[in-house]
Amino acid sequence: MSLIQETDFGTPKSKSETMVTLTIDGNQITVPEGTSIMRAAMEAGTQIPKLCATDMVDAFGSCRLCLVEIEGRAGTPASCTTPVMPGLVVHTQSDRLKKLRKGVMELYISDHPLDCLTCAANGDCELQDMAGAVGLRDVRYGYEGENHVFAKSHGCENDNWMPKDESNPYFTYDPSKCIVCSRCVRACEEVQGTFALTISGRGFDSRVSPGMNESFLGSECVSCGACVQACPTATLTEKSVIEIGQPEHSVVTTCAYCGVGCAFKAEMRGEEVVRMVPWKDGKANRGHSCVKGRFAWGYTTHKERILKPMIRERIEDPWQEVSWDEAMNFAAAKFKGIQQKYGRDAVGGITSSRCTNEETYLVQKLIRAGFGNNNVDTCARVCHSPTGYGLSQTYGTSAGTQDFDSVEDTDVVLVIGANPASAHPVFASRLKKRLRQGAKLIVIDPRRTEMVEAPHVKALHLPLMPGTNVAVLTALAHVIVTEGLADEAFVRERCDWSEFEDWAAFVAQDKHSPEATAIMTGVDPSDLREAARIYATGGNGAIYYGLGVTEHSQGSTTVIAIANLAMATGNIGRPGVGVNPLRGQNNVQGSCDMGSFPHELPGYRHIAGDAVREQFEAMWNVKLNNEPGLRIPNMFDAAIEGSFMGLYVQGEDILQSDPNTKHVVAALSAMECIIVHDLFLNETANYAHVFLPGSTFLEKDGTFTNAERRIQRVRKVMTPLNGYADWEVTIMLGKAMGFTMNYSHPSEIMDEIAALTPTFAGVSYAKLDELGSVQWPCNEKAPEGTPVMHIGGFVRGRGKFILTEYIATDERTGPRYPLLLTTGRILSQYNVGAQTRRTENVVWHAEDRLEIHPHDAEQRGVRDGDWVRLASRAGETTLRAEITDRVAPGVVYTTFHHPDTQANVITTDFSDWATNCPEYKVTAVQISPSNGPSDWQKAYDEQARNSRRIAPVVEAAE
Amino acid sequence: MSSSPDKLVYMANQIGKFFHSQGHDRAVQGISEHIWKFWDPRMRKQIFAHLDAGGSGLEPDVRDALLKLRQQA
Repeated sequence: MSLIQETDFGTPKSKSETMVTLTIDGNQITVPEGTSIMRAAMEAGTQIPKLCATDMVDAFGSCRLCLVEIEGRAGTPASCTTPVMPGLVVHTQSDRLKKLRKGVMELYISDHPLDCLTCAANGDCELQDMAGAVGLRDVRYGYEGENHVFAKSHGCENDNWMPKDESNPYFTYDPSKCIVCSRCVRACEEVQGTFALTISGRGFDSRVSPGMNESFLGSECVSCGACVQACPTATLTEKSVIEIGQPEHSVVTTCAYCGVGCAFKAEMRGEEVVRMVPWKDGKANRGHSCVKGRFAWGYTTHKERILKPMIRERIEDPWQEVSWDEAMNFAAAKFKGIQQKYGRDAVGGITSSRCTNEETYLVQKLIRAGFGNNNVDTCARVCHSPTGYGLSQTYGTSAGTQDFDSVEDTDVVLVIGANPASAHPVFASRLKKRLRQGAKLIVIDPRRTEMVEAPHVKALHLPLMPGTNVAVLTALAHVIVTEGLADEAFVRERCDWSEFEDWAAFVAQDKHSPEATAIMTGVDPSDLREAARIYATGGNGAIYYGLGVTEHSQGSTTVIAIANLAMATGNIGRPGVGVNPLRGQNNVQGSCDMGSFPHELPGYRHIAGDAVREQFEAMWNVKLNNEPGLRIPNMFDAAIEGSFMGLYVQGEDILQSDPNTKHVVAALSAMECIIVHDLFLNETANYAHVFLPGSTFLEKDGTFTNAERRIQRVRKVMTPLNGYADWEVTIMLGKAMGFTMNYSHPSEIMDEIAALTPTFAGVSYAKLDELGSVQWPCNEKAPEGTPVMHIGGFVRGRGKFILTEYIATDERTGPRYPLLLTTGRILSQYNVGAQTRRTENVVWHAEDRLEIHPHDAEQRGVRDGDWVRLASRAGETTLRAEITDRVAPGVVYTTFHHPDTQANVITTDFSDWATNCPEYKVTAVQISPSNGPSDWQKAYDEQARNSRRIAPVVEAAE
Repeated sequence: MSSSPDKLVYMANQIGKFFHSQGHDRAVQGISEHIWKFWDPRMRKQIFAHLDAGGSGLEPDVRDALLKLRQQA
């Protein structure tokens, strides 16, 4: 193994299809029009010296090192900013160029420290490489003059010198090493889209400045790492590199955080991760990253990781560390006992959307074939199950329609109930780039999100009242139909015309107009009409949505309404358009694909279908139950009722993530055996009897499937600290229960998935190694996968319009609970925070805060930072208030990343009508000043501390 | 929504409300199919028992859908 070296072509690739031929150093080369001479030369294998150019950002032409000579042109133009022209004859090396370059380098080095041997960039410094490339042997100017290098000059303080900025937990800014190439500034603008960095001053006074000469941590910087990656020197360097040294080998793998699925190079020294660097060939992220994937992997070696299996008879007992065999036998005996006592259907399991496809597949196989029932569910139940339902009903497939590249062809972006800047940051950066190029943005969200406030982006924001999505979307449809903006030709060709007519008549009713619904939705009718016109007529219209759509009692209806809108306007079936659910967790798409839902086998095929079920029965050599099993909320109800007594939970913290915590506690307490298979003693483990240590994404092989249906490899870079990858643990548990599964490597599991699932038929590890990734469906018809779906026709045949009547949720505000609480995420934290809370990311978000409008705060005597009591019909908790007008009066907002807040004590068990996806996004609450934690929080904390005790191992005396 | 039949009745009625705008016949078809596809047998058994006990609280479309579903079973 060696370090993967990615070629830096100096300037971005041109998308032009017109080709241009020129001569560089005597060799003819043909490249697309718009390519720089620098890039053309690199494609031909000639590296022109450069410092300020890198192919992640546009050419800038400041370093004057990449000069070339062009026959017939005067002077020595910079090759990065000079585009190719037909017939140009370019020379990259001549006496004049050599002399110029050496002179430039000499000036750079005269204001740069010469501590190369002890510098963190030693071995990875472009400045050093260029000094070598131009043959610099001597610096005539010395260091006596004005400089940025030394703290003291001639015995006095050097005012030009600045100390290191160590404020960011993950990287250091050392101004003394800066050559002011402005690559970091441009990466922050062009790649990330945050505009946190600038160059302050002019000439010799020029400095990289976060914000207005602030610290990195104190500025708008979101710590995505793009600047660190762009820096050619040791000015911006990962602290891990400073501490450990340069990596010696690297392995391409896939991030285990959100559904964007960024490809990273895990850069290693032995089995130690030195850093994670986004991979430019990763088709989801194209070389970009966010603070989580790039930096927040420290949890993988966190001291709180549990590495030995543990058991206990009662949850009041301390944990006993035992061998894997003992733990498996204990768990198997418990589960078998439960099945004997309460029946075969009294146990079940939850697959993990953080684990690999192969691991998820095995857990559902163990449940269906080993436990002999279909009580399997996954966390998609509480996030995107309505997407699965809504899109399969209307289009015939349970997934998004596009790839992320599609956004580059989009003219109008409609973001509904999603905040990609926080929850899907790398996609947000790609989206913002397109918006800065002129695409229009419409945001439907109760809160003024970071997308609305993004720099150089103008959004049409429709701030609706939580719970009125269907009314707003049906009103958009009303405008499109009544103003004659529907794409009838598309509908006639691709959809069922009579269903469209029914739908058009339905939405055209006056009661669905923006004016009639404004009283419920709170949306300005003229803004809504404008939004409808822009989406229907502005060119390629693409809808991106998130959990603000699905997590409602009408979640599935809203997904259907979105699907209707895209069909009615012809925005489906080509690049730049489509319906794009932004999936929450890294492999939540995959866990759904792999048959994690109780009613369907892998590939979304209903368990009652004899033909499909028989294929699985033949492969697994067992008779399967043909009835759907329990969904997570149904499991809880059945537990309380006494018919569901054993649960195997892989990599999910249902106690913290599921709504109405008191109800979940009651359900978990009622069960006789809970097996938690996780990295840490999470909240659910407080109620568990068996703990099986899990492995991280760095410790196993497998695949994840991201929100674009892209299947990407996860590659093992270190031995599992707990001894086994999660797929091996599931096999052991099956074996202890008498169900044998034989696999020696996850690739064999994928082969079985491919053999049984038509949409995966063409997927194999060999193909993934060859192509990097594929998007399902991948089979004979589409051997290299399917970036855009429904081209030329819908998967289900004709697109199906379904009526979407707005029905208000039964969670209503009233005198006792007058405010509406809605919940969401923050950039630095991930889901229940089990991973990110165990990293330095807590510097950005150490606690959940309650956002409240100044008007509501004043009425209640609440000041910024005060502790407040937040109460709903389900429960109450306390947290600190943040006063902001991002939320409208009447609406409050919080995140759910911290267990000591337990935002889900507040949320209710209302749920989506079709899928039981919980209604996290609407809870009627009241707020009052508070002195400290609620009684519930105190009791919970005490139970949790008690439950996490581990009995000391007593050494037998001689 | 504390005791189990109440919760199932609530869930069934919620399904009914979605299909209501499609008219009685299509609603009955849609509701019965939905419950058949997504409800665990013990949930169906409980709601049938509730139906036998008078089925209080069930909306007319939902009641008809459950009757239809039980006939098929």
